Amino acid sequence: MPWPADIGSALLAPERPVPPGIARPERFAVYRNNVVVGLIEALAAAYPATKALVGERFFNAMAGVYVRAEPPASPVLIHYGAGFPAFIETFPPAGRLPFLADVARLERLWLMAYHGPEAAPVPLDALAQLPETALAEVLLALHPTTGLFASRHPVAALWAANTGRGTHEAVDLRRAETALVLRPHDRVEVLVLDPGEAAFVDALRAGRPLGAAAEAALASDPCFSFATALRRIFAVGAVAGIDHPSRKEF
Amino acid sequence: MRTSIPPTAGLGLKAQHYREIETTKPAVGWFEVHPENYMGEGGPPHRHLAAIRRDYPLSLHGVGLSIGGDGPLDDAHLDRLKALVERYAPGLVSEHLAWSTHEGVFFNDLLPLPYTEATLARVAAHIDHVQDVLGRRILLENPSSYLAFEASTMSETAFLAELVRRTGCGLLLDVNNVFVSAANLGFSPESYIADFPLHAVREIHLGGHSTEADGLLIDAHDRAVADPVWALFRHVLSRVGPVPSLVEWDNDVPDWPVLLAEARVAQALLDEAVAEDPRHALAG
Repeated sequence: MPWPADIGSALLAPERPVPPGIARPERFAVYRNNVVVGLIEALAAAYPATKALVGERFFNAMAGVYVRAEPPASPVLIHYGAGFPAFIETFPPAGRLPFLADVARLERLWLMAYHGPEAAPVPLDALAQLPETALAEVLLALHPTTGLFASRHPVAALWAANTGRGTHEAVDLRRAETALVLRPHDRVEVLVLDPGEAAFVDALRAGRPLGAAAEAALASDPCFSFATALRRIFAVGAVAGIDHPSRKEF
Repeated sequence: MRTSIPPTAGLGLKAQHYREIETTKPAVGWFEVHPENYMGEGGPPHRHLAAIRRDYPLSLHGVGLSIGGDGPLDDAHLDRLKALVERYAPGLVSEHLAWSTHEGVFFNDLLPLPYTEATLARVAAHIDHVQDVLGRRILLENPSSYLAFEASTMSETAFLAELVRRTGCGLLLDVNNVFVSAANLGFSPESYIADFPLHAVREIHLGGHSTEADGLLIDAHDRAVADPVWALFRHVLSRVGPVPSLVEWDNDVPDWPVLLAEARVAQALLDEAVAEDPRHALAG
């Protein structure tokens, strides 16, 4: 009996014949439709700005090609679609919107942060308890939901404008943006970092101490303000731990 | 914190209604969720579910185990389910008589299987495995069907009765699924209920269905429960007495008051069933 191998392969391939052994074979179309529509809906829920940018018809057609090429490997559908941004990059009809794949990448980071692990952010006061001379050696553990994405496009502005959080007037397509994405509390935060801040956070993520991270930031942006950057990342809740070689966890 | 699911009306918990439920604490007997939606590590889904769980009993209704499949069960998925069971202490855990995964592809749909001795043995082994890992009895739900297999050698009700006998699992009787399958496959819903192993029913599902141009019914969960499904529910209650009964509304989710009104209808019919419970009559 061909069940279920024939069914599995025919569900995502409309050109294949209906598997044998089914009474009322025309009804097989219901399952084919349910599978594809359900997976497209899952992508639409995960990529709302991408969908808004191209419209429902384009999105459904593009997502329909993707779900047949990369169906889920896990029943945890909230994680489905990791390969969608890379697929968009190589999907010729989307070529007229060169920023589309990057907007999808930002949405993926947003989703990962949304479902990511919990950790309590540390307040800036915790640093004040350290002697100032020790500051350069301090290691900051970033919140485990933190993602950093450097795009050649105004990716955060595009995302905001297409999810009702910002305006289309605020989008300057000549601008490159680096976005910091994290969920320290019950809301996902998306911040645009300037080049110095981006280098600073990138160095912290790589496990470098504050002094070395500040040097990296200054090298990429001479206007980098250590105090401003530090206040900013603590204020958004991006620091979940402070460590210093001479002491245990503070 | 109450764990056991009372024989009252419950509702499928939707993200759109988290805040309303947390702030108004409505008179709903219990809530049910798909565990797959809570298999992220953290975030708002867990925060809300934990808050609601403090006030209500919870049922976990899985859609991803592929118990009806021919391959081995996904042990990683089963472990995730076990972790949720330990974390949220649900009163009931249920799954479907269907498959959704084959050779590493998850189809995100409840797909049908032929009812034969071979599939019976495999599904029974899968249920045994799930019950062993979770350390508890699970309920299995009857599917909504759009087609049947020529290879089937037994009826769905006989298949379910034998699964109950072999594994000790309970059953989740989805009354809307009975109505949808009966219309699509051309049998009488009342005769299906008459053949159903009602003694094993521990939960009932109710939901809305849509009707295609050609008359095919789709288990869409996108609207109110249809009148003939309410009538079939009343008929089932007259046979089994009051059991936990859930209204599912998963697509085109309405505002909270509309969903609450559906639960009220179910509760009114359950109240009638309490008054007419055949088990009371037997005891008397």
